[in-house]
Amino acid sequence: MSFHRITVTVNGSAEIVDVPSNMTMLTMLREKLALTGTKNGCAAGECGACTVLWNGEPVNSCMVLAVECDGAEIVTVEGLMTDHQLDPIQQTMIDAGGMQCGFCTPGILISARALLDRKPKPTEPEIRDALVGNLCRCTGYTRIIDAVKMAAGD
Amino acid sequence: MITAHPGLPEFDYIRPTTLEEASNFLAQHPGEARAFIGGTDTFVRMRDGAWQDKYLVDVKGLPGMNDLTFIPAVGLRVGAAVNMNRLIASPEVKEHYPLLAEAAHTVASYQLRTRATIAGNICNASPAGDTIGAGLVYDAKIHVHGVEGDRVEALRAFFKGPGKTVLKPGDIVTAVEYPRPPQGAQGKYIKLGRNAIGDLAIVGVTAFGYPDRTSSGYRFLVVLASVAPTPLLIDMTLLSEKPLTPELIDEAAHVAMNSVKPIDDVRGSARYRSLMVRNMTRNALTEVWKKLGR
Repeated sequence: MSFHRITVTVNGSAEIVDVPSNMTMLTMLREKLALTGTKNGCAAGECGACTVLWNGEPVNSCMVLAVECDGAEIVTVEGLMTDHQLDPIQQTMIDAGGMQCGFCTPGILISARALLDRKPKPTEPEIRDALVGNLCRCTGYTRIIDAVKMAAGD
Repeated sequence: MITAHPGLPEFDYIRPTTLEEASNFLAQHPGEARAFIGGTDTFVRMRDGAWQDKYLVDVKGLPGMNDLTFIPAVGLRVGAAVNMNRLIASPEVKEHYPLLAEAAHTVASYQLRTRATIAGNICNASPAGDTIGAGLVYDAKIHVHGVEGDRVEALRAFFKGPGKTVLKPGDIVTAVEYPRPPQGAQGKYIKLGRNAIGDLAIVGVTAFGYPDRTSSGYRFLVVLASVAPTPLLIDMTLLSEKPLTPELIDEAAHVAMNSVKPIDDVRGSARYRSLMVRNMTRNALTEVWKKLGR
């Protein structure tokens, strides 16, 4: 199996990584770059726990090959904070109590951040629509949706 | 040793720089090499062990694959690598092909649609493919590059069975082209999943209608998903033959129900699917009739 040397920017830092053909972006983040905030849930593009920003767009990192990330910019949950300040959606998730076990939270934070980037004042149906691909088995979603509304200033 | 947890089997990733190179490689490795764009179906099948390709040939960087162009006199051309989010957000698609945007929006989730493509949805040839109904009613054409060069296939003659198409080894779909819809056309896609959005279709109904010089003043098409080996296009001629009434639409819904051959599976029984075809066809046709200015 062939290996590929790629250059990728992750959370603002340029990385050079050697990856085998069959390695996913998710595995690269967790096992090559030690960014274990991004979770492996279903490995089938269903649960959204592995969602990261890929060139500004949310994507299931289990559904992207690492080799496809050559030249890409990736933001994981670890990269949401700026200047030691939590991103507003991270803070409101805490304030609203939008998590229990926390396994889905990194993916939800990324999906919510991406929604707020493309639509700063989303309606509740738009929030629900944007979070369709992020499964949470604990919270019942209500407080997660509250957290996104609060981050949007509602 | 590096293991690619979670479990993609070993393969070699290949990124050709020309269509010729890609087609030749695929043709020289039949059954071993697969063209791939977003992988939303490919990776799932490979993880399941159902597909054991030795080579994945990434074709999304090839010329024209990322072009999304609308030419009023011709229609819409969607490069095979244009992702569904980009398609849905396109003002031209929203204005001229709202049914396509509506159908694409029912596919999985936003983050999966970052990877998912219309071309992939078509090539996967699932009877449940959400965007195929819109393609069939719009009479889409599939642009293919093969070892013998470029050709065009009609979507209406593209499917041979579940997961089976007319594509041969070496063929690469480069774009899907949608002609300009008839003036005043309206459409509706209704999808029944196990939950409100994001699931695979237990039944999917695409209804499409446009004003025409018929006895009713309209012509209608219906496409049924997940109830036959391939998506099923039904010409609703009876809705052209006499003035439209709710009773006539009921009759059309029964015609739809009687033309399907659904199966029992984990998502629904055959009987349930048949009954849902009737109800959803009635609802979709009624909605289109309303949009046409009933």
